[in-house]
Amino acid sequence: MSPQQPLPVTSMTPARTAPAAGAPRKAVALISGGLDSMLAAKVMLEQGIHVEGLNFYTGFCVEGHTHAIRNHEHAKPKRNNALWTAEQLGIKLHIIEVIEEYKDVVINPKHGYGANLNPCLDCKGFMVRKAREWMEKNGFDFIITGEVLGQRPMSQRRDTLPVVARESGAFDRLLRPLCAKLLPETLPEREGWVDRGKLFDFNGRSRKPQMRLAAQYGFTDYAQPAGGCCFLTNEQYSHKLADLWSTRGSKQYELDDIMLLKVGRHLRPRPNFKLIVGRDEGENNFLEGYRKRFVHLHAISHEGPLVLIDGIVNEGDLELAARLTARFGKGRESESVTLTVTDMQGNSRELRVAPMPANEIPPEWYL
Amino acid sequence: MSHFVLDARYLLCPMPVIRTQNRIAELAPGDTLEVHATDPGALHDIPTWCRVHGHEVVSVTDVDRKISITLRVGKTT
Repeated sequence: MSPQQPLPVTSMTPARTAPAAGAPRKAVALISGGLDSMLAAKVMLEQGIHVEGLNFYTGFCVEGHTHAIRNHEHAKPKRNNALWTAEQLGIKLHIIEVIEEYKDVVINPKHGYGANLNPCLDCKGFMVRKAREWMEKNGFDFIITGEVLGQRPMSQRRDTLPVVARESGAFDRLLRPLCAKLLPETLPEREGWVDRGKLFDFNGRSRKPQMRLAAQYGFTDYAQPAGGCCFLTNEQYSHKLADLWSTRGSKQYELDDIMLLKVGRHLRPRPNFKLIVGRDEGENNFLEGYRKRFVHLHAISHEGPLVLIDGIVNEGDLELAARLTARFGKGRESESVTLTVTDMQGNSRELRVAPMPANEIPPEWYL
Repeated sequence: MSHFVLDARYLLCPMPVIRTQNRIAELAPGDTLEVHATDPGALHDIPTWCRVHGHEVVSVTDVDRKISITLRVGKTT
């Protein structure tokens, strides 16, 4: 079925029995921590709908912890924006870990990637499908998202919004309150659970209508929209992931792989290995946790980073890695730097090398 | 009412919250859960999750990034 084909008008999911007299209908909301999903949930709460939130942890999520690894972020409040949003709204939030299941979305996206390795359309279909499963298991009536027609180039177009509804199996139990007036009526609207007249017709990339609505609801503090909540939309991150797949010869990953791509400076001086260089104390501490799984280097004659070697190296490679390690430490201007190299069994030995001058590091080594 | 311990050390947020949430789903109202964590994000996220879901935070300690948060399971899980 092509994306242009119309959405089936009736839901494939069985109708939930009517709630007890006086009990509200129930909606499950995808809560990202951003403004749009917060507003969508609020719109439903204002109509007397019982709302609970779902938030999915894929491993690629941009959240406080990954920023907090670096020193300069320590002063900022560490908050999970999805949880914070739920608290502002007074709704429950269920955080669901989907790391394993999500791999297929990233590795084999049916609808392809966006500008980077972001499989946005498959991702949205996956998340709405998970929400649909949760809805059915927990006796909820419909799903809401903060999608806005025309806001995202891949997953929020007029021709792709129906794809999400269809491929998730949610069909007309998927309601987008912020742009519902521009879309066909959904089950909650037809059944009168929701007043379509009080929904919105937001369209396009402008954030002004959302900001006006936020002001109307009295929301003054919310996560600023800044390129989404996923590392896969980040060009540099995607480049590092592509390098990982290319050097391994297959599109596979484990959680530790994708966590390490978020941290440090990554250089690939030779096809058979790359270096992960801590950029500050916070990152060095984080990389410490991986010492037993990588050959690693650190300077002992000067202050400097912890450097993990990802790959199999010979003596020449080790010397090159040591010269680069010296380059990123405080001994960079010295004639020589002494380092220790430690293998995965914990055996250490010393190396003394001349730091590599900056102008001898080809730019293409940086991932 | 029983006391349980959850080891969420060396996990980065939101994993300590997710493990806490999943463990609490198995417990009875009034039970207590002592969560051990090392990610400072847990200091903020776990109490927020408890407030959102109606559980009580009994105590929080943080000594050299050895974080311990004790929760009492509320009536609605």
